[in-house]
Amino acid sequence: MAMLLGYELIKKIPPTLHTPLMSGTNAISGIVIIGSILVITSSSNLTVNILGFISLILSSINVFGGFIVTDRMLEMFKKPKKKGDN
Amino acid sequence: MGSSYVILYFLSSVFFILGIKMLSSPVTARRGNLISFSGMAIAIITTLTYVKYDLNSIIFIISGISLGGIIGLVFARKVQMTSMPQMVAIFNGLGGLASSLIAFSEIIKVSNSLEFNIVSISILISVLIGSVTFSGSITGFLKLQSLITGKPILIPLRNYLNLLLLIFIIGLMVTSFFYSGNTLFFYILISACLVLGILIVLPIGGADMPVVVALLNSYSGIVAAFTGFIFSNIALIISGSLIGASGLILTRIMTKAMNRSLANVILGGFGATSESIAADTSNKNYKSGSSDDIASLLEFSENIIIVPGYGLAVAQAQHSLKELLDILTNQDKKVIFAIHPVAGRMPGHMNVLLAEANIDYELLLDLDQVNEKFSQTDVSIIIGANDVVNPAAKLDKNSPIYGMPILDVEKSRSIVVIKRSMNVGFAGLDNDIFYNEKTLMFFGDAKDSIDSLTKSFKELN
Repeated sequence: MAMLLGYELIKKIPPTLHTPLMSGTNAISGIVIIGSILVITSSSNLTVNILGFISLILSSINVFGGFIVTDRMLEMFKKPKKKGDN
Repeated sequence: MGSSYVILYFLSSVFFILGIKMLSSPVTARRGNLISFSGMAIAIITTLTYVKYDLNSIIFIISGISLGGIIGLVFARKVQMTSMPQMVAIFNGLGGLASSLIAFSEIIKVSNSLEFNIVSISILISVLIGSVTFSGSITGFLKLQSLITGKPILIPLRNYLNLLLLIFIIGLMVTSFFYSGNTLFFYILISACLVLGILIVLPIGGADMPVVVALLNSYSGIVAAFTGFIFSNIALIISGSLIGASGLILTRIMTKAMNRSLANVILGGFGATSESIAADTSNKNYKSGSSDDIASLLEFSENIIIVPGYGLAVAQAQHSLKELLDILTNQDKKVIFAIHPVAGRMPGHMNVLLAEANIDYELLLDLDQVNEKFSQTDVSIIIGANDVVNPAAKLDKNSPIYGMPILDVEKSRSIVVIKRSMNVGFAGLDNDIFYNEKTLMFFGDAKDSIDSLTKSFKELN
């Protein structure tokens, strides 16, 4: 069902926004961050904890970096008025 | 509390869907991204409210999220818009590695002995797809960053080799259920998966890299869904499938824009075959002009179409182009931009770069919208683009880009090509447009050329 929904959603997005779409969906795939939290809290084995910790760092980079960079891109897609900054 | 977190997880998925939906218009897109982020925040906070902690895990979680968050923030703030494809590839690779590590730690948790059930199968698939996503994305990054050659690297019999490797990996997975407790076994498995990711991406040419990045993006969604099966976590399963599906659809849209199949992209080694076709350019004539020639041509033109390509991005010429656009529109000339679906290094990349320079997105037209306009156009200016305007895609059945829809610049009254040299483009192909009698070549770096053109045009007025 999620697959079908994905299809309906993506079809409607104009090519202009395909790059933000890719980086935005990429940020959502950082949802594995939940998995990292579950790994850390489900065991007291040190190796497991360290692996969970590393994967938590990596998925946090994916989530926060992904959303921030997407926001940076989308910020530029406003009606140009007189703003000279970038 | 039992079912309340399921409801919250559902809510976060609804936010993701809403967020993606709002990406359908530039007006709502930014808010959409914020909504997706809120969905993520809900999912994370929900998870934190029902898991059990000890002191260790609290320290790990707080420091892990803040460390990753800060690194992500720094990267996201510093990256240049031209490097966006690399950035997406890297982030994607990290997500893949994270999933792979999660799966691996689950294996360690059961002391390397997997029982034959859904959870174990999900763990093994997560290891496979997560590792392939990681090493594939990193290879793609190295290619996009030109740290290794963007040209296809062709290993003889590579498709058989990959197939063999895949069979080997599946074999390892199946036997892992019988030989329990052996760590080495899983190290071999992970290494084999990593090698597979590298081997899959190596033979793919730079021009096709966006397709690969989109596909790997889809993988990282799929692997998130499998991670969800490991923990029976509904947020992971729904969101993962959603991203998996959208990545696949985006991949499909892109391969369609190039008139190729996905199999063709992955198996093709596109670009290497074309070297033999890269025809002798020696006995063909072309005209080149100075910036003054072109400025006076523009002076007498009413309707102008600009076709930007990757050369524009490499030269960081988007701001210079905006300057040229402004003085042209000040003279009441109608200027629009023709954006080919594969212009730049990823779909929509050119739009982002032009938006960065404050160029109104309503001036950017798609292939279908713009192609009917060329016949009423006085001059088309092609800046650092090649394959997307190559008539060989229509005429030459032997051309590797045959069948790819192109921009019909030939129909405009005159053509200006801004290009560094007569060298072939990304796909390694010669282009008849350059030898067309309507065409004026203007050699130089895109930024310098546009700047001198702007200067010449100012002097005329």
